[in-house]
Amino acid sequence: MTDRHLESGTVTLDDVRHVAALANLQLSAEEEPRMQRDLNAILSHVAGLNSVDTAGVPAMAQVGELLQQEAALAGATLRADAPRPSVDRAAVMHEAPETDGRFFKVPKVIER
Amino acid sequence: MTQPATLNSIVTALQSRTISATTLAEEHLKRIRLHDQEPGQEINSFLSLADERALAQAGAVDELARRGDPLPALAGVPVGIKDVLAMRGAPATAGSAILKGYHPPYDATAVAKLDAAGATLLGKLNCDEFAMGSSNENSAYGPVRNPRALEHVPGGSSGGSAAAVAAGFCAASLGTDTGGSIRQPAAFCGVVGMLPTYGRVSRYGLIAYASSLDRVGPLANSVEDTALLLQVLSGQDSMDATSSAEPVQDYVAAANEPVAGMRIGLPDEYFAEGLDPEIRTAVERVANSLRDAGCTVERVSLPHTAYAVPTYYVLATAEASSNLQRFDGVRYGHRTENPRTLSALFRESREEGFGAEVKRRILLGTYALSAGYYDAYYRKAQQVRTLITRDFLQAFAGVDALLTPMTPAPAWKLGEKVDDPVSMYLADVYTVAASLAGICGISVPCGTTATGLPIGVQLLARHFAESKLLRVARAVESAETAR
Repeated sequence: MTDRHLESGTVTLDDVRHVAALANLQLSAEEEPRMQRDLNAILSHVAGLNSVDTAGVPAMAQVGELLQQEAALAGATLRADAPRPSVDRAAVMHEAPETDGRFFKVPKVIER
Repeated sequence: MTQPATLNSIVTALQSRTISATTLAEEHLKRIRLHDQEPGQEINSFLSLADERALAQAGAVDELARRGDPLPALAGVPVGIKDVLAMRGAPATAGSAILKGYHPPYDATAVAKLDAAGATLLGKLNCDEFAMGSSNENSAYGPVRNPRALEHVPGGSSGGSAAAVAAGFCAASLGTDTGGSIRQPAAFCGVVGMLPTYGRVSRYGLIAYASSLDRVGPLANSVEDTALLLQVLSGQDSMDATSSAEPVQDYVAAANEPVAGMRIGLPDEYFAEGLDPEIRTAVERVANSLRDAGCTVERVSLPHTAYAVPTYYVLATAEASSNLQRFDGVRYGHRTENPRTLSALFRESREEGFGAEVKRRILLGTYALSAGYYDAYYRKAQQVRTLITRDFLQAFAGVDALLTPMTPAPAWKLGEKVDDPVSMYLADVYTVAASLAGICGISVPCGTTATGLPIGVQLLARHFAESKLLRVARAVESAETAR
């Protein structure tokens, strides 16, 4: 399976930079080749999944999906949608890196 | 003052005022301060201590006992909390520099339940960054060392939780298990660690890694202690929509029921090439003692086991890439200095705050979800997850529990695998399948290797069959203790 994965396209340095940009990560010049090496090693192992016949097999996102016959087991019940007190605003703002006490402050987004 | 042997005996001793909760708390805090960072022999299991809260709780327990009021189930029991769970008044770092200095203003439900049951919350325990790791070497606050063998890893990601119990710094701890992070360190450190069924214990207040897999569970010195903790922790929570309404049973009573007549399965795939011979021998010994106790033991097959590790690493990293987007330097945690733009604030804060393994997993997960690769990786892995789960459901149609080795090898040496992520991931071969299927499991100590490294066996049971699981685990423990 390793060979097939490598034939079908190895992760390039450009791929690493593209994915890093999607993930809001800014890798250093030393990190980029290391991540490229690691992603290729991991993905060639993951390529083993291609040999599993999954024709007609449903995709499973949550454990509850296979227990649906038993709603209680599947955590299917949501609480009533009623307002209730949440965490105190002052306590939350206390943890913010930069705040005016009411809002989180970030660098200016729109330049005039 | 020596610590009583079981959680229940701690509560009994406090009730009869043979010991005081305040003294117990003070002695534990003192022991941690003296020995957890002892130069040359540091374990590094605790990241922060919560003296004020611990002593206030202990004082309240002593006051109850003085008045002769009945004490709650875990009154005065000194516990530690993995640092991925919110505990009011204490920092929550998740082992990451990006959350350095963050103090969550509320308790996770699991923490609140321990608190309500009277437990003394001593502080927060070291772990792999965002629970990503199998050796506790990915913590931004330094690795944890295995108290049973200081040159070896304690396992991960709940390495601090396992090491602190093994070192006697606390009588029990909370860990979290996404792909083995309670069970594997429990095995490496020679303590009991339990993975409750998905939905059994609320995750409210847990810093999310992979939400379809994350679970909160206890680590302790014995199966009975573990059962008591599970009883306190279990139940539906309106703050976690995935928590189940399945009734909570009397797990302590269940653990003490006889096992005669129970059917135990040995999955062939868990005894394949690569299993350490001493661990194989230990599991075979456990199988024999279960047979002696009146169980039937038979071979079963879980044919998709070999695909569990790649399936896990696609799904867990995909979910992680989404969950960890929230760490952006805006609302809490680390923010880069003088960012020029909002986009630079996000990227630079994350670059500075996250460690290598977290970046690796975010990149892998983002790649697996990106255009052109979604079907080949993410969807494919979700389908294989169905097949892995069906394997278990089919096996549990014929047996009550499965018996397997917990790990392919005992604890490796610190530094041995840090440069080889694939080899580190492959060490999770016996843990991740149960994580994907959502079933319950437990790691029970069963002796050591010739060089003194602890060995654990894993027991697995179907969804919400914790009573059966604990019953078998208790039988294994009794047989091993009598040996």
